[in-house]
Amino acid sequence: METQPLLELSHIRKQFGGVVAVEDFSLDLHPGEIVALVGDNGAGKSTLIKMISGVYQPTDGAIRLSGETVSFTDASEARARGIEVVYQDLALADQQPVYMNLFLGREKLMKGLPLLDRRSMVKEAQQLVEDLDVRIPSAKATIRDLSGGQRQGIAIARATHWAKQLILLDEPTAALGVAETAKVEKQIAALKERNVAILIISHSLDQVFRLSDRICVLRRGQQIGIRETAKTDKNEIVAMITGVN
Amino acid sequence: MEQVKKIFARFDLQQYVVYVGFLLIFLYFAVTLHDDGFLTQRNLTNIVLQTAPATIMAIGLVFVLSAREIDLSFGSIVAVAALSAAVVMQEYNMFLGIAAGLGVGLAIGLFNGVLVAYLRLPSFLVTLATMGLFAGVARTLTNLRSIPVIDSGFTGFFGAGSFLGVPSLVWWSFGAVIVGHYIYRETRFGAHVLATGDNARAAQVSGIKVPRIRVAVLALSGVCAGLAGLLYAGRLQAAKYTLGETDLMTVIAAVIVGGTLLSGGKGTVIGALVGSLLMGMLNNGLILQGLSVSDQMIVRGIIILVAVAVSLRDTNH
Ligand SMILES: Nc1ncnc2c1ncn2[C@@H]1O[C@H](COP(=O)(O)OP(=O)(O)OP(=O)(O)O)[C@@H](O)[C@H]1O
Ligand SMILES: [Mg+2]
Repeated sequence: METQPLLELSHIRKQFGGVVAVEDFSLDLHPGEIVALVGDNGAGKSTLIKMISGVYQPTDGAIRLSGETVSFTDASEARARGIEVVYQDLALADQQPVYMNLFLGREKLMKGLPLLDRRSMVKEAQQLVEDLDVRIPSAKATIRDLSGGQRQGIAIARATHWAKQLILLDEPTAALGVAETAKVEKQIAALKERNVAILIISHSLDQVFRLSDRICVLRRGQQIGIRETAKTDKNEIVAMITGVN
Repeated sequence: MEQVKKIFARFDLQQYVVYVGFLLIFLYFAVTLHDDGFLTQRNLTNIVLQTAPATIMAIGLVFVLSAREIDLSFGSIVAVAALSAAVVMQEYNMFLGIAAGLGVGLAIGLFNGVLVAYLRLPSFLVTLATMGLFAGVARTLTNLRSIPVIDSGFTGFFGAGSFLGVPSLVWWSFGAVIVGHYIYRETRFGAHVLATGDNARAAQVSGIKVPRIRVAVLALSGVCAGLAGLLYAGRLQAAKYTLGETDLMTVIAAVIVGGTLLSGGKGTVIGALVGSLLMGMLNNGLILQGLSVSDQMIVRGIIILVAVAVSLRDTNH
């Protein structure tokens, strides 16, 4: 590869007490590249994403961003570097309106005043959900009153809106219907066009094969291997996931 | 029936219950206590004056509850702050006295907040402990004696004085509510308090400094209690360890009846004001009706139960 990888993980390991969640994991991710992370439940996929986003710190190994070694002590530091995440367990504030969630931690203020600019946040939020075709009653609706799929749509809209460098998606379409899933996949393709690097966790191999450039398989915390999507097939990936051949 | 249920589900009862309740109770007293002078301007003004300290504590508590914490210590802070202000004022002057009162409130609030945010102790236990601790301090500080406050500048500013024909306690009360409302509704800090109480993890991963928010709300509650202590000292022209002793229940009731959720993430400062006025009006009306102190406590207890029931109904829907 000629280009410098945006993200380099080398020999990452994470241990929770006696449990080794991720063992000796290495991966390079380039701008505009989509890598899919697959593996059975409890394989360590979410843990890996949380280490990249600063929620967890690796027990061992190094994370480099554009060549520079980083160790985020919390998620806001990763965020400041253009890394956005859609967590499997969503991370929305349920009793707040949609627009406040889209601007959580980045609220807009009125010019020269320490007051929230609600009007402009509502307007921008409305535009954003319309652009992404997330069907909600209004940007002022409370998250609690939305369906699971609508919430997921909001979480994805938030991440795609702010992602500058890297987006980490933990089963982003798990709660979505067929049409909504297609929309999100289009959204992911658009991010790739914007040269954002994408790491996506998915249990749908069809989706993985539609979207990804490379597929990385985890099994019980072990990195089983990385394949170029164009040069592999489902049988091989399934065999790698389950360890049966 | 289904229709009715639907309408009720849509109608956010919690949000309006305080206004409806306020009106109903007001009307009830206006009719039944008409001859006892409930409706006189003097009596109504009195209600506002008497509730000023509770209203200010209630504002602090709205922030605390919204961040999904609790403060039980503000009543004790009131006494310690008022006594500190009175003692310092005797020795030095009014300005140092004010600084002492507010400073003590801030310091105790910060102490609560640091224990809660950085040692991860539950605020219920921390403030339960500091409530007892500082009630004791208030008693030993002056050997149970009351300290007179004679500085007429101070008693005018915080107590009996008035400005533009409006009593200073009314200025304090409504001024604090307006400032509190704006901070709560219209600033980034307010939004972060709500997000923290709603989903602390989401707030954290969104870059909100959750521990700082927790310290801030408890410190704010301490300052509000300190200010309430100054108001008591100004109005009564004395400070004593008993100040604030009975405010815990009244203030919590005012805030919850006002529409702030115990479970965090949602609240209102204006509602807390109305809740506080409601509590003051109840007090006043029950006294005019000739109820004993213990009967008043029972009625207030029942009101809290009803309020909590309504608030739980709302979160379960
Ligand atoms: N905070 C934690 N403390 C202790 N153990 C943890 C923690 N987080 C994850 N684990 C453990 O690490 C392992 C990997 O969990 P992880 O959530 O990364 O799996 P996953 O691949 O995302 O699974 P799924 O497909 O079900 O989402 C599991 O055995 C889990 O029990
Ligand atoms: Mg997972």
